[in-house]
Formats: sequence, structure tokens, C-alpha cells
Amino acid sequence: MSQETVKRDPPWLMRTYSGHSSARASNALYRTNLSRGQTGLSVAFDLPTQTGYDSDHPLARGEVGKVGVPINHIGDMEALFDQIPLAQMNTSMTINATAPWLLALYIAVAERQGVDLAQLQGTTQNDVLKEYLSRGTYIFPPAPSVRLTTDLIAYTVQHIPRWNPTNICSYHLQEAGATPTQELAYALCTAMAILDAVQACGQIPQERFQDVVGRISFFVNAGIRFVEETCKLRAFGRLWDTLVQQRYAVQNPKQRLFRYGVQVNSLGLTESQPENNVQRIVLEMLAVTLSKNARARAIQLPAWNEALGLPRPWDQQWALRMQQVLALETDLLEYGDLLDGSPVIEAKVQELIAGAEEEMARVATHGGMVACIESGYVKRELVQSHTRRLRNIESGALQIVGVNCYQDTAESPLTAGGESGILKVDAQAEREQIALLQAFRANRQQDGVDAALAQLHDAAASGSNIMPSSIVCARAGVTTGEWSEVLRQVFGEYRAPTGVDVYPSGLGDSAALLAVRERVRRTGEELGRPLRLLIGKPGLDGHSNGAEQIAVKGRDAGFEIVYEGIRLTPARIARAAQEEGVHLIGLSVLSGSHLELVEDICQELETIGASGIPLVIGGIIPEEDARRLQERGVKAVFTPKDVDMNAIMDSMVTIIRQANGL
Amino acid sequence: MHPPETFAITALATAIGRGERAALAEALNLLDDRRPAARGQAAELLRLLQHAQDNTRSQLIGITGPPGAGKSTLCAALITVWRQRGQRVGVLAVDPSSPLSGGAVLGDRLRMQTSADDDGVFVRSLATRGQFGGLSAEVWPMSLVMLAGFDVVLIETVGVGQREVDVSRLCDTTCYVAQPGSGDSVQFLKAGILEVPHILVVNKADMGAVAHRTLAELDAALHREHPDGHWQVPVLATSATHHSGIEALADVMEQHYAELQSQGQLAPRRRSYQAYWIHKRLQEEFGSFGIEQLGGEQALLAQLETQDLNLLDHYEVLRQGLYTRCLGSSASESP
Repeated sequence: MSQETVKRDPPWLMRTYSGHSSARASNALYRTNLSRGQTGLSVAFDLPTQTGYDSDHPLARGEVGKVGVPINHIGDMEALFDQIPLAQMNTSMTINATAPWLLALYIAVAERQGVDLAQLQGTTQNDVLKEYLSRGTYIFPPAPSVRLTTDLIAYTVQHIPRWNPTNICSYHLQEAGATPTQELAYALCTAMAILDAVQACGQIPQERFQDVVGRISFFVNAGIRFVEETCKLRAFGRLWDTLVQQRYAVQNPKQRLFRYGVQVNSLGLTESQPENNVQRIVLEMLAVTLSKNARARAIQLPAWNEALGLPRPWDQQWALRMQQVLALETDLLEYGDLLDGSPVIEAKVQELIAGAEEEMARVATHGGMVACIESGYVKRELVQSHTRRLRNIESGALQIVGVNCYQDTAESPLTAGGESGILKVDAQAEREQIALLQAFRANRQQDGVDAALAQLHDAAASGSNIMPSSIVCARAGVTTGEWSEVLRQVFGEYRAPTGVDVYPSGLGDSAALLAVRERVRRTGEELGRPLRLLIGKPGLDGHSNGAEQIAVKGRDAGFEIVYEGIRLTPARIARAAQEEGVHLIGLSVLSGSHLELVEDICQELETIGASGIPLVIGGIIPEEDARRLQERGVKAVFTPKDVDMNAIMDSMVTIIRQANGL
Repeated sequence: MHPPETFAITALATAIGRGERAALAEALNLLDDRRPAARGQAAELLRLLQHAQDNTRSQLIGITGPPGAGKSTLCAALITVWRQRGQRVGVLAVDPSSPLSGGAVLGDRLRMQTSADDDGVFVRSLATRGQFGGLSAEVWPMSLVMLAGFDVVLIETVGVGQREVDVSRLCDTTCYVAQPGSGDSVQFLKAGILEVPHILVVNKADMGAVAHRTLAELDAALHREHPDGHWQVPVLATSATHHSGIEALADVMEQHYAELQSQGQLAPRRRSYQAYWIHKRLQEEFGSFGIEQLGGEQALLAQLETQDLNLLDHYEVLRQGLYTRCLGSSASESP
């Protein structure tokens, strides 16, 4: 057997979702990753950049450089791609509400590097609709958000033909609890909503519309049930092909291809026995590679320790090596489609297609995807699915090794000996970034900035394409916060439905839940009134799935729950706790800024005379930080290891009893 | 969070009068507290705040209507207008309790979106906790405490439809928000199932033709004098999301309030709310049998309406009496 004669398919694009601290630090990381064989870049922006705030904005406190790189202006963007030639690079940017702005900055940097726009390749995620359902980095109401999305699409189709202007994401729907059927249905409904909007906006001549369809790509999740996931991707391709042929009359089969990138499932990664995540990640990768006819174009894998905190460079390298072993060492790429003709696979694909079509019809009768997001319908469906999943984990119907079975473990050398096994962002990074930003502001031409912002305002208000004036802003040295503020003034801000007003089924209420409910009721009686609980999501982190599930579970346990959704200031949380007379505050923070946020909330509570209300927190919180939080007075710290939500409820009751001398 | 000591109640009342938020929050907790000691203190507090009930500068406004009509968003838009006019606003927003668990998700606050540094707005959410007609039993005493510190006290009901009658018995001005495209509101109102509100609003006027049709239907069916007399029920179109028609709605609410005052109806109305509330709570606790023991509904209401009394005091007296009479035990062992 001579390997030289075998024709192999080219491997997919290999990326790692990364970025942290500062543009300079992230640039160094990117260049290292590229030198180790990564073939594209996937930029993670920090939350202030994603939600349109400069690093020195009060809401950005504690968040700068945490979950990604802070990009405030063209200087940051230039530093991020220093010595990385954009003409040769394929860059994916996970950016949504501020996508037109970050693309404008990228274009302005390309101009400075002397690169022709037609050469640029890459992706802007640019799918705001899913942000209202999961992830939460939206800013504006749905209508202007869709308009910004379509402006970016119309612009790139005309000027940057090799760009993927939007990556319709089913990924985050799965993280929010979507079943495979829901993932298919809602992603396709989102794609339809966007394509319909592009058609309606009149910026693209009818004869070029199929080029738009041909540039739509998807960003998909792959969970541990890898056979079903493979079938899901085959179903995706067929549904998409039919849809664009029938609805948009796309004739060219190439433009009907279902093109997608993948990040495999992070929801299923565990904090307990985290080394097991390696096998999970590899199996999940099989789901999106096994079937040649439904193979991913680009893959990024999470690191084994994501449920513990930020991965280190070595952890990311390990994730990259998994892809390389599969693509380069195994014989996977030497064969045609392995699953064609399998009756088992075909039956499952048909089942998923039928289920998805049914749900798509339901969304259509409720007025389409945008209407179903505004009414809260889709969010409620997702919250319900997620509740079912967690209930199955609690009952053991869904087995997770090391979590609800086989919990006994030998000590792991990976996390032993005081080795925390995670990356710590330098606390200095935020201060340095702010100093750089303020120096940048002081040194720019204010006249040019003002003129560019006026032009942006006109474009936003008049409805003309937002990209040209955004590029003018980028060149002039406008900042992320300034760009966003102009649009906030024109479009207003939005708060999405939380979906936690799902109807309680009462079915399958476990003995454990009934016991907690009784204890909640009794304690309420002893304290003279029903127990009230405030669930707060402080800071810019929009990952609200955990908070929502706690809210639903709390309601089912008999608490009166006050939940105001995401992105609340510490002052607002403290005020709400006092106004609502709650017995306990439960915070949820996943961005890593828990220390700063808890400190601020404690101070606010003290200021308004409400420091007697006990505080608990849930999130991705390293042990050392948990200790510091408890020293500050936090009564309990819950992490992904705490999967038994009835037990969480029970300990909340205990804390309330103790705080009230019972 | 023990109930405050008796000597502290005077201080609490004073602090509420000064508009201190922490004091108001504590008072609301106290009114929520069903322990016997707390009940006595709550009665004491209301006695000290008696002037609030007679306060003829502050208005109690009820917002009701079916779920999904956009009540919370409309409330948020009204709050903005009132704040621009320099008025302080207290809100009591009611959401349904789960009949299965007794728990509740109190979500109205989310849509009211008030600024954290605006001391002129205070929102307390409540769960229905049983069957008080789309309201919570605590709403009435709580609204009295709020009257002591705010120019407008807004009560938003659950919006369960036919049982909304209660809010009109607790508020100076009741505003019904109709859902465009649904004929239910018109039918219920025509049939007398829903009590006629003082103001009818078709929100979501941005929905265009559907909203205009509903507006026309309501106008045709109900543009007439309110049973209270001397008030033509107006039918208004608003769009809370586009912030249109909100100023006009606030104006009409003010007009209705001025009308009540000029006709000298305000004080007798508030007395009748009190009578209604006491009757309703006794009915819930002791059923028709208990009401019969007190001479029947008509007699009880007539007696309560003529007296100038402290709400909770009198309620406790009647309640004690019923316990002793019916059960031969004292009320302190009550549920």
C-alpha cells in the first residue's frame, strides 16, 4: 500500500477561537498558533467590544480583555494583525451587533496594508437574531439589527466577493437547549428572515440575488450524540438545498451548498474529571467530518478545561493537534461518503427533516422568526427543552460520566499540586488598555472624528447602507463606543424576552423537588411571607442559560423570582433587591469578571442600606476566586460541577434560614 | 429580617414621608408579613400614614387588560412621561403565581426598565398568591403606603380577563388596555362581564389596520358615559414601542382625576375601596359563612363605607371577632 498514490481530500480550515488581554498579546498568540499549523484565525472579542462600549466605559469594568481581545479603534485592529498579511489570511470574527464596525476596521487595516478588498477572505458572524435567544450581545431592537445585518451583506457581496458576510448560528441555539430538530428549524428560519430582508431592502439587483444566497454560511454545534449529529448535518444540507431552490429560485447547485463551520459542543464539557472532555471533543469532531457530503469547511475545538476557566496556550495547542491527527494521520480523507446508502442513517435524516419542517411551519404561522423572537415564543421553547435536559441529568436518565455516574476518581496530575490548569488574565491588562485608549483619543484629529460621526448618523437615520460611513469612521479614528453610541441614539436599545415564563408542567416533579418545595413553603411561613429570590446577571455577559434555568427551577420550588434579564449594572441589581424585598440574591457570571462585579454589588448594597441580604453566585469560578468571594461575604459559590439544582435550591433555603436566625 | 420593633414604626412612617427608599421597602415587607406581631405593626403604620389615604394630590391608577396587550411596556412609557413632568411614581406590578408550586416569575420589572439612579421611581412586584382577581391581596395596603411618598401610584394587574373587576374597586382611575385584533374585549365589555373602565386604550397602534378596526369597534360599542356619572369614557390609541399617544393618555388620566376631585368623589371612593378590600379579604379567609356572621355583604359594606377607620385595625377586629365566634380560638393561630 503506497500512500503516495492515494488521493486525499484537502483538510478543512483549522482554527482556535482565541484572543485575550490586548491586541498586542493576542497578535503574539495568533502568530504562535499559525506557526504551529493553524490555517485560519478565529478572533474572540471581549464583551465591551461586542456590546459597543469603549474599554473605559463604566459597564466595561472588569470585562476588558477577559473573554476576548479589546478593540477600540483602528490602532488596536492594526496591532492585532501586525505582521499577518491579510491578503493571505482567512479570518473569522465572532462579532454580531457591532459587526459592521469591526468589518469597517478590518477593511481600514487592509487598506493600510495595501490589500485589495477583493482579496479579503473571512467571515463575520453577523447573526444578531440568535443573540436575542442565546449569548445576549445584542444592542438594538430587532428591526434595526436586521437592517445592519443586511447592510453588511449587501456591501460585501458587492465589494468583498469572497467574504462570508453572515454565519447563521445554530451553535448557540444548542447551547441554549435546542434539540436537533429545533436547531435545524430555527437556524433555517433565521436564514430565511435575513434573506427576505436582503431581498426587501432593494440594495441588490434581482439578477445578483443568488450570489447573496451563495455567500450565506452557517455555524453549527456538534454534541456528544454523534450519530444523530451527523444525521442532523445531512438533514441541514438537504433542507437548505430545497429551501433556496424553492423560495429563492437559486439554479446553480454550487450556490445551494450548505457551507458550515463548527465549534463542537461546550455545553456538555464537564468540570468534574475534565480530562474526559478530550474524548468528548474528539467524538463530536467525528460528527462533522465523517460524512464527506456533509463535512465542515472549518473547525474549531474547545479546550479540555473550558469549564474550569480560560484555556492556556498549551490547552489550545492540544485542541489543534486533535484536528491534525484526524486530518493527517487517519485515512478519513481518502474515501468518499461513508454513510451514503445506509438505511439507518437515511431514516434518521428523514425523521429530523420532518420534525424541522413541522416547526418551521409553526414559526411561519406565528409571523416568521423575528415575530417569534419578539413574542418570546422561540425563547420559551428553548428554555423548556433545556429544562427537560437538566431534569434528565438530575434523574440519571441522561448519563454523564464523572458527573452523575462514576464520580469516583483518582487525583488528576493535570490539575494537581496547586496547578490551577487555567490561564489568568493579567489584571494590569485593563489599566494598560485604558491608558492606550486615552492616549489614542488625545492624539487624533477631532474635526475628522466629528465629521465622520455626523456622516454615520445621517446614514443610520436615512437608511442608506451603513458600511461606507463606518469605514470613514474607522479611518478617522472613531472608537467602538462612539460608533455604537450614534446608533444607540438613532435606533434605541432593546431588552429581549427571557423565556422563563414557561408554563410549569408539574409532571415528573421528583421527590427531591417536592421536599425542597415544602421547605421553601415552611420557611416562608416562619418568616411571615413567601420566599423571594432575585436572580441577577451583572456585567456584559449575555450567557443567560444558567440564570434562566435557576429562575424556572426556583419558581417550581415555590420561590417568587425576580429576574430582569442580562446586562444589569451592580447599582440596578442592588436597587431591585431592595425594592423587591427579596430574601436572597443569586448572581450568575460566566465572563470571569466575578471578583470585580461582586465587589461592586456588595458596595452598592452597603450604600443603600441593604447589605443584610445574603448573596450567592454561580458561574465558571476557579477555586481560588471562590475562596476570595466567600471572604467578601458571598454565602455560596456554585460551579458547573453543581448539577443537582434541587440541592442548589435547598442550600439557598438554608442560607436564608441562617440569615434570618432560624 | 425580623419585623421592626414597635418604637421603630414611628420612625419608619416619618422616613417614608421623607421619601426614603429603604424605609418604603421595609414597610412593604412589613405589610407582606402575616405573622401576628407584624400585623399589629402594619396596622400601626397605616394609622400613622392615615393622611396618605386622604392625600388628594396623589393619584391611584390601575392598568388592566388581557395578557400580551403590552401593559408593562405601556406602563414604562407612562413612567417616562410622568418623570419628565417631574412626578414621582410608585409601581405595584402583579404577576400570576403557579398554582402547582406556589412560586412565581415576576417579569414585569424587566419591561419597565427604569434607571438605577432615578430616585423618583420605585417598583415592587407581587405574585397573585391565590384568587384575588388578578391582584394580590397585599396590593391595597401597599398602595396606601406608596401614596404617602409618590405623586402617582400605578397598579398593573395580571390581565386574566374576566376577573379584572377588582382593580376598578381599588383605583381612582382604571385604564383598560385592549389587544388589537381580538374581539374578546369588546364582547366582554358589551356583555357587562368586564366592568367599564374610565379609559380605554388600544395599544400597539403601530399594527395599523388591525388596531384601527379594534379602535373603531370599541368606540362604537363604548363611547359613552361611565356608570359613575359625569365622565365620558374616552377611547385612545397608543403605541408604547413608538412612544406615540402616551402624552395624551397621561393628560386624560389627569383630567379624570381632576374631575373626581371637582365632584368631591375622591374621598368617598377611597372609603369604598377600603370597605371592598376588607370585605374581600374576610370573604377569602372565612367564606360566605363568615360574611353572613357579620350580617351579610350589603350590611357589611354599608357599615364599612360610612365609617372613618383604619383599614388594617378594623380588619383585625372583625377577623378576631369571627375567629372567636366561629372557632372559639384566637386569630394568632391563623394560617
